[in-house]
Amino acid sequence: MTTGAIFRPFRHSDAERSDRSAGDRLRHRQKIRESIRENIADIIAEESIIGQHKDRVVKVPIRGIREYRFVYGDNGPAVAEGDGNVEEGQVVGQAGGDDTGTPDQPGDQAGQDIYETDVTLEELIAIMFEDLELPDLERRALKQIPAERTTRRKGYRPVGIRVRLDKRRTARERVRRLLATRGRLDAPSPTSEEESRGRHPFHSGDLKYRHIVPEMRNESNAVVLCIMDTSGSMDTMKKYLARSYFFLLYQFIATKYRAVELVFVAHHTEAREVTEEEFFHKAESGGTFISSGYQKALEIIEERYHPSLWNVYAFHCSDGDNFDSDNSTAMRCAKRLADVSNLFGYGEIKPRGSRYYESSMLNLFRRIDAENFQTVVIEKKEDIWPAFKSFLSKDRAGLSTFDTPTKEAAGA
Amino acid sequence: MADYTLRDLESWDERIREKVEEFGLDPYPQEFEICDHTEMLGYMTYSGMPSHYPHWSYGKSFEKTKTLYDHGVTGLPYEMVINSNPALGYLMRDNTLCLQILTIAHVYGHNDFFKNNFNFITSTRAETTLSMFKAHAQRVRSYVEDPSIGPAAVERILDAAHALNMNVGRNRAVKQLGEDEEKKRLWEDAQPRPDPYDRIHRKQEYEAPDLRKTPASPREDLLVFLRDYNPYLAEWEKDLLTIVHEEACYFLPQIETKIMNEGWASYWHREIMNSLELPQELHLEFLVRHNQVVRPHPGSLNPYHLGIRVWDEIQSRTVDRATQTDAPRDPSPACPHDEMFAVREVDRDISFLRRFMNEAVMRDLDLFEYEQKEDNLVVSRVSNEEQWRDVKETLLRNVGMGGTPIIRVTDADYGNKRTLYLQHEHEGRDLQLQYAEKTLLHIHELWGREAALETVLNEKRTLLFYGEDGFRQEPLA
Repeated sequence: MTTGAIFRPFRHSDAERSDRSAGDRLRHRQKIRESIRENIADIIAEESIIGQHKDRVVKVPIRGIREYRFVYGDNGPAVAEGDGNVEEGQVVGQAGGDDTGTPDQPGDQAGQDIYETDVTLEELIAIMFEDLELPDLERRALKQIPAERTTRRKGYRPVGIRVRLDKRRTARERVRRLLATRGRLDAPSPTSEEESRGRHPFHSGDLKYRHIVPEMRNESNAVVLCIMDTSGSMDTMKKYLARSYFFLLYQFIATKYRAVELVFVAHHTEAREVTEEEFFHKAESGGTFISSGYQKALEIIEERYHPSLWNVYAFHCSDGDNFDSDNSTAMRCAKRLADVSNLFGYGEIKPRGSRYYESSMLNLFRRIDAENFQTVVIEKKEDIWPAFKSFLSKDRAGLSTFDTPTKEAAGA
Repeated sequence: MADYTLRDLESWDERIREKVEEFGLDPYPQEFEICDHTEMLGYMTYSGMPSHYPHWSYGKSFEKTKTLYDHGVTGLPYEMVINSNPALGYLMRDNTLCLQILTIAHVYGHNDFFKNNFNFITSTRAETTLSMFKAHAQRVRSYVEDPSIGPAAVERILDAAHALNMNVGRNRAVKQLGEDEEKKRLWEDAQPRPDPYDRIHRKQEYEAPDLRKTPASPREDLLVFLRDYNPYLAEWEKDLLTIVHEEACYFLPQIETKIMNEGWASYWHREIMNSLELPQELHLEFLVRHNQVVRPHPGSLNPYHLGIRVWDEIQSRTVDRATQTDAPRDPSPACPHDEMFAVREVDRDISFLRRFMNEAVMRDLDLFEYEQKEDNLVVSRVSNEEQWRDVKETLLRNVGMGGTPIIRVTDADYGNKRTLYLQHEHEGRDLQLQYAEKTLLHIHELWGREAALETVLNEKRTLLFYGEDGFRQEPLA
């Protein structure tokens, strides 16, 4: 007890080094990300996310990463200090709140761990698609088009244009030549008048130019054709489901291609190309010729998005209520559309409580045996994510039979 | 910037130490480190240890503390001190001179407590604290970096071990005997007592103890049991369990003596500060700070407030006794704190409160008991003449390790199926079922076979299982 305490002063270097929890925080974040991924279907079904801009920050409720241990439930009483006049029967707080009571309970109390986290929509979408583990299969050799010209350095050479002259290397070359000639005992007589006077100008052989080669990056472009039945029977709920579905499809395709275009085709008995706004909000009425929508899509593909240059994704949402007379034409067009698309899907939207006995195109379309054609049924918003997954898994299954090594295509 | 220099601190420290000696406190040598708030956040996350093994839960706790701090919900502590020899204390750089003096005095209180309280003496070894944590960190990192083990495998074991780390025997002074020793003792206990009148007494009944059972008597250190009795665990897995167990033993005394320890340190910083003859402006600031620390927190429990109040009670009783009985036997003005010193050696929160919490103190603190009724927390009892004992009992059940259920291993081969059978000592409070399920899963992972837990749910004896097929629950007769 005779020696005084040791005081160690504050040092900035230590403070900077002291972000010791960085690794553990990172791991914790990863776990949160995993937790989001597990609950992605619920999050996707939230209305607020659909159709938002990519940079928007959304609040995602996640269950905190709990650390489980044996703890007591809530049937035990606890003790707290009062303000001097607490009476029996007085309400002192809300259950589940963590601001009252339960002093110094070690570890976690159940039910306190739910919190919201901020995620940008882009990040959320990235997480969504990580979950799908979908390949870059769509980049088929044929459909890659030169999207970007860049240049890359590739060594030096003695000829070139003036702007690429590398001065440092040129100067070095000159010095090298100088030393080489000096070092020789039997140095030849100066080759020129200037050199004989002790000057050493540059020779054309000294010049070094940077060599630059052009490089072509093959990028693939994609177009998403959203075809929707806007006939009178498609009510707001059905449109909302369709919209959610198209949104996912677009976001997914957008992560895979550099340039993605969206085309909206609305049809009842006739089809028109419309803007996004019109597509989702304009109510139409009348009957339905599904084939009209397909024909319009085929026309657009023919005109602007030739399959040799574009990856075509087409998806059609309808409630399956088609005029019988149109069915055979619809079948034919669907087959043709499947031929030109990477992936063509038909989603039948049947919210619960809607009239099931009504006609359905599903039975009809099942007869189409194209590899890349898929039908899904969406009854409620929770179905959207599973439906979407199964739609894309068709793509995966279909393409896995390709014998081109997809890894290399992806790496190109 | 700070209104003090290191010199100031040193000279104040010298004066404080004089007082510490005068009062008869007996601390370890002391070291202080000045740190800023980021470092303090880091120390809080890792329990003050300069080095600690990595685990994501510390990342989580850091984020939580930081969020609360950034939003001004909670402040950071003025100080932190760890139980080591020499004791290592951290002082926040931005504190005022007065706060630093107060903190230094407070730290000496904790330091003395660490050195003298039996919980700390029996459960921790202050000389090796820092090196123990450092060695743990190195070992865990070496497993993480080992390509044949890797971070995922280490995390899996640590997750499971952390879930069980508080299920340890509470009194570390009682040493766990080896299994052979334990059996020998069981056998001896079962032998008939030598009876000089056995000729006239009825023959004593002899019941053979079941010596084939493992464990021979129930075990509370779950991690240790899993480590010693699951032969399929690899050495590194066993080592991880050891590491987590040892750290839990280190923290156990702090949990068990929270109220006493904080009360003790607050009592002594007050005594020391009052005896320092501080300049007036420092003294006024001290009064403000001190009252912030030991003020009541209505609706919850402030261990500083509760602790110092009970220590004051003990001291005033001693003083009363000394003055009332003008006892020639015990005048001892030299050691006016004898009783306090004795108590700080032999008690922990539960015994401390049981012995010294009386009706007057309970009323003074206006302690009340509350229960959950539907969505509200409702006061069920207050500290009046009839009920204060009941309120006290509830308090005693919740202090220290009282918030952690007691769970013991009773059979490692239940039903001859190598099922691990655990028993929850139910004393009125049910387990939180979802948490119990997930924790059983962790036991199942570490045991490799099915784990069963006997408990009481809604007043019915129940057996919870976690095995290959997942979780199930069966009523028990």
